[in-house]
Amino acid sequence: MSERVLMKGNEALAEAAIRAGCRHFFGYPITPQTELAAYMAKKMPKIGGTYLQAESEIAAINMVLGAASAGVRAMTSSSSPGISLKGEGISYIAGSDLPCLIINVQRGGPGLGGIQPSQADYWQATRALGHGDFQILVFAPATVQEMVDTVSDAFFLADTYRMPAMILADGMLGQMMEPVEFKDEEKPRTVDKPWATTGTGGKRKHNIVNSLYLQPDELEKTVVERFKRYELIKEKEVRVEQYMMDDAEFAVVAYGATARIAKSAVKAARDKGIKAGVIRPITLWPYPTKVINEAADKVKAFLCVEMSMGQMVDDVRLAVNGKKPVNFFGRTGGIIPTPVEVLGEIEKMAGGAK
Amino acid sequence: MAVVFERTKGLTDVPFHYCPGCTHGIIHRLVAECMEELGVLDKAVGVAPVGCSVMAYNYFSCDMVEAPHGRAPAIATGLKRALPDNVIFTYQGDGDLAAIGTAETVHSAARGENITVIFVNNAIYGMTGGQMAPTTLPGQVTQTTPYGRDIKYSGNPVHVCEMLATLDGVALAQRVSVDNNLNITTAKAAIKKAFKNQIEKKGFSIVEVLSTCPTNWGLPPIEALGWLRENMIPFYPLGVYKDIDKGEGKENG
Amino acid sequence: MANNYNFLLAGFGGQGILFAGKVIAYTGMIDGKELSWLPSYGPEMRGGTANCSVCLSDEPIGSPLVLNPNGLIVMNLPSYDKFIDTVVPGGVAVIDSTLIDKQCGRTDIGAFYVPATGLADSENLKGLANMILLGKLLKETGFTSIDSVVTAMQKCIPPKKQHLLEPNEKAVRLGMSL
Repeated sequence: MSERVLMKGNEALAEAAIRAGCRHFFGYPITPQTELAAYMAKKMPKIGGTYLQAESEIAAINMVLGAASAGVRAMTSSSSPGISLKGEGISYIAGSDLPCLIINVQRGGPGLGGIQPSQADYWQATRALGHGDFQILVFAPATVQEMVDTVSDAFFLADTYRMPAMILADGMLGQMMEPVEFKDEEKPRTVDKPWATTGTGGKRKHNIVNSLYLQPDELEKTVVERFKRYELIKEKEVRVEQYMMDDAEFAVVAYGATARIAKSAVKAARDKGIKAGVIRPITLWPYPTKVINEAADKVKAFLCVEMSMGQMVDDVRLAVNGKKPVNFFGRTGGIIPTPVEVLGEIEKMAGGAK
Repeated sequence: MAVVFERTKGLTDVPFHYCPGCTHGIIHRLVAECMEELGVLDKAVGVAPVGCSVMAYNYFSCDMVEAPHGRAPAIATGLKRALPDNVIFTYQGDGDLAAIGTAETVHSAARGENITVIFVNNAIYGMTGGQMAPTTLPGQVTQTTPYGRDIKYSGNPVHVCEMLATLDGVALAQRVSVDNNLNITTAKAAIKKAFKNQIEKKGFSIVEVLSTCPTNWGLPPIEALGWLRENMIPFYPLGVYKDIDKGEGKENG
Repeated sequence: MANNYNFLLAGFGGQGILFAGKVIAYTGMIDGKELSWLPSYGPEMRGGTANCSVCLSDEPIGSPLVLNPNGLIVMNLPSYDKFIDTVVPGGVAVIDSTLIDKQCGRTDIGAFYVPATGLADSENLKGLANMILLGKLLKETGFTSIDSVVTAMQKCIPPKKQHLLEPNEKAVRLGMSL
């Protein structure tokens, strides 16, 4: 164990990636994630790694595609508008069964939007990060420490399942400083990559990294195979935290920075005698559908809180499947919901459910 | 009996899908022969584009990556940064390199990215059925310039080698043609130099190869070669636009 | 004031608001507390209004964004106008009275007027008004010990600028004496 250090979320993500064996970072500056790129620019040359500032987000994600094809741990980071530009490349990376890590430090949208924290890219991350039938792993840590711990897992699972992984953070988590400890792994966990295009070495048939299948039956087969892998991931890789849920009558569902606010609000609700708890999805894909569905048998109602107009609430409703009412409270455009506001919503829910 | 010609090991035993008379086949062979002759086939990684040569990954016997439209130089950059001792090349058409991928082309050249770019210019979009390309000639009829390309309306063609020759990171920018044996010999020498430059870490090398598209030009193969000579070469003069070994400036070849 | 300190520091960019916040955050590291430091960010930082939220607690920090501080340091008029009414009853407001020519009508908070910028100039502590105000906040809230503040400043001042430690400490002690 190393000592506790105080770090900004963005910088901590970068340091964690380096410790996870990432030596190839390609990016483009955008607020509020730029400290991550700056940290990489400072560190990578000293450890024989690559930090390359691309001419665009589009180029950056394709550089990631190229480096990932070579079998190395590659990553990029951006914020909402930049992630939209990366959508094309992410679809190709998924379609080519390549692993990589993408960080989205979300800001308000749509369009140029704003630069303050937001969670309005939930649909984009879990539903539509590019064209075609595919999913990516989506992690939603809620503290700087959890962001650090997630990075190594995200790389490892991306390698294991040969697919892109995303850490969906936001401007608050990226900009804030909290104490972190880097749990030093002896060696980053790695996975063999016999598919990598590293040159045949005259020893094997050529490897091809490709997402083109002109025959529909062939394309269907590759997509169906990929979705079998997705089913396995849904079984094995779901992560969720349940906070004060043992005796809860009301469940607040929130992820990332918003979950911290939800916890404060739930504590305040408990002080007022309302038995509330928090279900915090840590993986947004795969989603903790089962946990929420089971909770629906115990609680009276749900409240989903997001920094958006209501995106994850779709998944909560799908999981609850009509068993109990699902309420929503959100702020958007860079406004962070306050614990007092959320408490008010919990009280409303508790009153309304009596 | 003495063997005077052999199929290069740089190509797989897969039949090309190219139209009869299309010169992609010749260019593929030249690229493959150059890699074989330089002894780099086992450490080469090629990047295929979107366009007629989208399935080039099936034809080259080295490792291959298929890129999104226009992004081949960015992917080659990622590969080269991860595998600095390997030989990385892209094989791109005019729409891929000079329209949708202009930014990737210009910036990988400006960075002096140590890669080899084979640019096949046939002045038309072949795969999608004959639309205007960034290199379509003034007055040229295509599916999307049915009255001939009006440069006042559709803009001017892009002279890729001339443009890239202005960038400091470029080691070689040469335009060649494969319309006759002499030009094919020159083309092969240029392609070989473009690979040698990479091996010697000289920077970005691009060889622009003027090519035919009999199908979409609506001409029989032989006439297509004549059309290339009469129309393309005067507008896109062959020659070395930049060679850091010989100083700056164009030498007609 | 229990063990939860929710501080808000606000002023113009360049006044050392973020630095003072960082020093407070570091005292939490030294004291083994849970803590968070959240800056305002973006274009408004370039010469405009800067602020940062610092939370110190014995429990994990919920929202790191301090909307209702129990300790406020303000170093310009726009921030004073914006934040003075957000201080929780029983909280402390430390106001740079050189730069803010206003008196707060609130009787439910401890409002302290420190001519920090003027003092910094006259005491040869130029640019250290922020630390004078931090000293006053320390005195009025007791959020940590002076020893922790000094250690925190050692951590926050880059190795090449350690000669600045002495004037910084002097500024904090001056603030504590007021």
